[in-house]
Amino acid sequence: MPRTARDVVFVDGVRTPFGKAGPKGIYHETRADDLVIKCIRELLRRNPDLPAERIDEVAVAATTQIGDQGLTLGRTAGILAGLPKTVPGFSIDRMCAGAMTAVTTTSGGIAFGAYDVVVAGGVEHMGRHPMGEGVDPNPRFVSEKLVDESAMFMGMTAENLHDRFPHLTKQRADEYAVRSQEKAAKAYANGKIQQDLVPISVRRTNPEVGETGWGLATADEPMRPGTTLESLASLKTPFRAHGRVTAGNAAGLNDGATASLLAAEDVANELGLPVKMRLVSYAFAGVEPEVMGIGPVPATEKALAKAGLSISDIGLFEVNEAFAVQVLALLDHYGIADDDPRVNQYGGAIAFGHPLASSGVRLMTQLARQFEEQPNVRYGLTTMCVGFGMGGTVIWENPHFDGGSK
Amino acid sequence: MTTTAELLKGAAELFPDEVVTRSHVRHLELPQGAGRFALITLDNGLDHTKPTTFGPQSLANLNTAIDQVEKEAADGEIVGAGITGKPFIFAVGADLKGVELLKRHEDALAIGKGGHDVFKRLSALAVPTFAYYNGAAMGGGVEVGLHCSYRTVSKALPAFSLPEVFLGLVPGWGGCTLLPNLIGADRAVSVIIENSLNQNKQLKGSQVHELGIADAIFEGADFLEQSLAWTASVLKGETEVVRAEVDRGEAWDQAVQRGRFIADGKVHGAAPAAYRALDIIAAAKNGDLRQGFAAEDQALADLIMGGELRSGIYAFNLVQKRGKRPAGAPDKNLARPVSKVGVVGAGLMASQLALLFARRLEVPVVLTDIDQERVDKGVGYVHGEIDKLLAKGRVSGDKANRLKALVTGSLDKAAAFGDADFVIEAVFEEMGVKQKVFAEVEAVVGPQTILATNTSSLSVSEMASKLEHPERVVGFHFFNPVAILPLLEIVRGEQTDDASLATAFGVAKKLKKTAVLVKDAPAFVVNRILTRFMGEIQNVIDEGTPVEVAEKAIEPLGLPMSPLVLLELVGPAIGLHVSETLHGAFPDRFKVSPNLAAVVKAGKRGFYVYDSGKPELDPEVAALLQQGDVALTEQQVRDRVLDAVAQEIGLMLDEDVVAEAQDIDLCLITGAGWPFHLGGITPYLDREGVSERVNGKRFLAQGVANVPA
Repeated sequence: MPRTARDVVFVDGVRTPFGKAGPKGIYHETRADDLVIKCIRELLRRNPDLPAERIDEVAVAATTQIGDQGLTLGRTAGILAGLPKTVPGFSIDRMCAGAMTAVTTTSGGIAFGAYDVVVAGGVEHMGRHPMGEGVDPNPRFVSEKLVDESAMFMGMTAENLHDRFPHLTKQRADEYAVRSQEKAAKAYANGKIQQDLVPISVRRTNPEVGETGWGLATADEPMRPGTTLESLASLKTPFRAHGRVTAGNAAGLNDGATASLLAAEDVANELGLPVKMRLVSYAFAGVEPEVMGIGPVPATEKALAKAGLSISDIGLFEVNEAFAVQVLALLDHYGIADDDPRVNQYGGAIAFGHPLASSGVRLMTQLARQFEEQPNVRYGLTTMCVGFGMGGTVIWENPHFDGGSK
Repeated sequence: MTTTAELLKGAAELFPDEVVTRSHVRHLELPQGAGRFALITLDNGLDHTKPTTFGPQSLANLNTAIDQVEKEAADGEIVGAGITGKPFIFAVGADLKGVELLKRHEDALAIGKGGHDVFKRLSALAVPTFAYYNGAAMGGGVEVGLHCSYRTVSKALPAFSLPEVFLGLVPGWGGCTLLPNLIGADRAVSVIIENSLNQNKQLKGSQVHELGIADAIFEGADFLEQSLAWTASVLKGETEVVRAEVDRGEAWDQAVQRGRFIADGKVHGAAPAAYRALDIIAAAKNGDLRQGFAAEDQALADLIMGGELRSGIYAFNLVQKRGKRPAGAPDKNLARPVSKVGVVGAGLMASQLALLFARRLEVPVVLTDIDQERVDKGVGYVHGEIDKLLAKGRVSGDKANRLKALVTGSLDKAAAFGDADFVIEAVFEEMGVKQKVFAEVEAVVGPQTILATNTSSLSVSEMASKLEHPERVVGFHFFNPVAILPLLEIVRGEQTDDASLATAFGVAKKLKKTAVLVKDAPAFVVNRILTRFMGEIQNVIDEGTPVEVAEKAIEPLGLPMSPLVLLELVGPAIGLHVSETLHGAFPDRFKVSPNLAAVVKAGKRGFYVYDSGKPELDPEVAALLQQGDVALTEQQVRDRVLDAVAQEIGLMLDEDVVAEAQDIDLCLITGAGWPFHLGGITPYLDREGVSERVNGKRFLAQGVANVPA
């Protein structure tokens, strides 16, 4: 039968404030599934024109799919969020690019005609599910030297990236990190971030870590406004003695969730749903696991090629800041300055945090806001590196584009 | 003058074992930049199976929390304050254990005043206050929220009530005064009087909102988040809270009248709580809160020091605790599984039992009878009842199909019962018939299959005596209507073994019945006491007391119905039959009334006709009555009847029919509907001095169901 690919649009995206993992974190006593459920509910509240039964799929990513992140989260979260039982769902995993993959996979389904409207998101409660929980790596990885042992530890892969690109120094990484904090603080001050946050009620019963009882999480907990180069210089390098990667120039261990609404463009128009971004292309690529941070480079090459675009066509970048060096590696590859104003205008994961499988949608939500503000920009991209040597890039078109300079 | 803190400190000293609720104060930033907010969380530190309560120390903790919030509000550090509960529970009111310990009127007064003094501070803060009813809220839990400026409720909230009147109190921490002023007297009467006296009926979240108690309702999934967002919008003036105007005219008086009518219908003036509550509601019409709170304090103190409340708490504990852990039941680990049930007989009683077993145990249930027509009728009845449940939405289509498939009929006992674990007979009430039935069943079942009898008066031991395995026989005496009355008298025969008994108790629990272990004694508990009670009424009528006087004499007890109306419900023929059985066993105390025999012989269904809408003595019955010439006064009748009841209960305890007087009361409450304010009956007999007069001693130790001396 003849088939026409349909345009896919990003209708809306929200997230929880991100928390610090661990006993002092705001979400220490909050379930992971509740975080993503509340995001899904907020999406429906914000888009009252969308009849819930029109949702054809709920894809929820989590890296560690056990406990409150297990049980086929896309399905169970849908039921718990109050979606009709006719709406199916599934779980998805591509580590840090989980939510991004939830978006691209369901977008493929929309383009193919299998779905009209989907919910795609992710969650990672790294306090309840520390990285590496329950993993059982095949011994052949080591015995056959398929990967270096350092590939298992993301911080070590970032050190490896510094080794590969000696000119990407700790100094440059720290400078980048300081700017990320500054930009994030400014974005907060200008109310850019809060509008897409879902406040989460949080309970605390341990008086040693703060006031007890019910509270409300309304802002990202990891932010460190006022971070200076001096303060970063003194931090330990936990992954290597006299190394370069510190808690200051990397994202932390975080708890949080995101969710987005995607639709076929014609369906969005039919239902009167907003169109915040139009999907242009996406690609994932593999690299050596020991330098997973380089992943965004081949992924972006691939995505640009598929779109028939060049890097100069891209007016806005949302790059996940798992590590400052990994952002610098991408920018360096394309000859973009470390402080290029097109890159991470609101700051990035170094400031907000990076709850692994949830982060992809945060990039998109922020890019969507920037598109709205900057109708002169036609294309933007969201990209991130992924554990075990991968990168993912999604290129978006600004529906507000006014034919301006880019 | 005593400060609130001192008042509560004194009260707390009287109650060292209080499960203390803490009031956590936590600050948060409201959404939409609405400002800094103080949220109080009520939490006793235990999980949801131990709901949060307010004892004196808990109130003191809340008082301290409000000290802090009050100061912050005065200093402009917060824009509002809220109060909510731990997961699934808001707060379920005063700690009844603490109330039981109170011995002095002034201590009782302190509890009422202490609660008021703390709660009313919430309405006097310099900022608006919000209650978020996140989960179960009862009594003082509801009331603390009523003192706030605004309320939200969760759609998932399962239970919300002011149960005070049900127990013998008034909602005395603001409920009687604030609720009618918030939602109008009529709705307040529904919550405070009608629901409370209707077996403590609970409201759901949506009803709390519809009644106007809560200003907004949100789904459970993000209830607190949405409540706080709503709070922000109220504080920013974006949401205006509009409440229905309260009608302070004639409607208010009519509502109070309606309340009195409901109370009369339920307790017949015999218990004071509902009337005290109505007096306060009536007075609240003028909107004077201070006066209302003072009246509440006084009513609380009076009622706490009165016998009805202590009886009410005693009765509540019997039903809630003793009813769930039956005294004398063997180790439940001895119970054998029951995966198929047989019912001998397919009459109305048998069919009701089949329905109950199928619904609760969800195992196959087979009815047998002597011909196909009866079997078909029995199965048809059960299937018809399941269809009614389906039509009412009480079961789903799948569940209805499942239940119908579970209930079948057969003429072949061997095929029907061969693999049954539990067979109950509900055939004609005659020893020979029942012995024959059990012999037939024993021939086709395994050696451990329980044989249960629903006999109301025959000896279980005798019924078992001719069997090869008499140790498997138990009495399983239900009360009509089976689906409604909770009581199940489980009778241990002389040879019944522990495993069989444990199995019977296990089945009773799954049937959700209140099981009481009873010795194999004539008519067991409820029928013996009711027959003695009614027999004595019948005696005084036979001797010459007018029917109206005899009936009226019992009214002050506040029983659910008069003795002769009850006789009509049971059926005069059955009443006569039981009295004959008991006469056979105890001829000195149980007489067979010739007048009752005559009424039965004449085929009358009761003593009354209802042509005028009220019960009036049927002239045809009046013509049958052959009365003597000794006419007693109401007081004399009452004394004689209560003396008889006290004597009978005393003898039953001497005979070890049940373990303790508590079991008698539990049986009367759950099997005969005798009221909480009597505590069943023995607290009342103790209180009125009847026990002492008849038996020379109380049934219950001091303090068990009365104000400790």
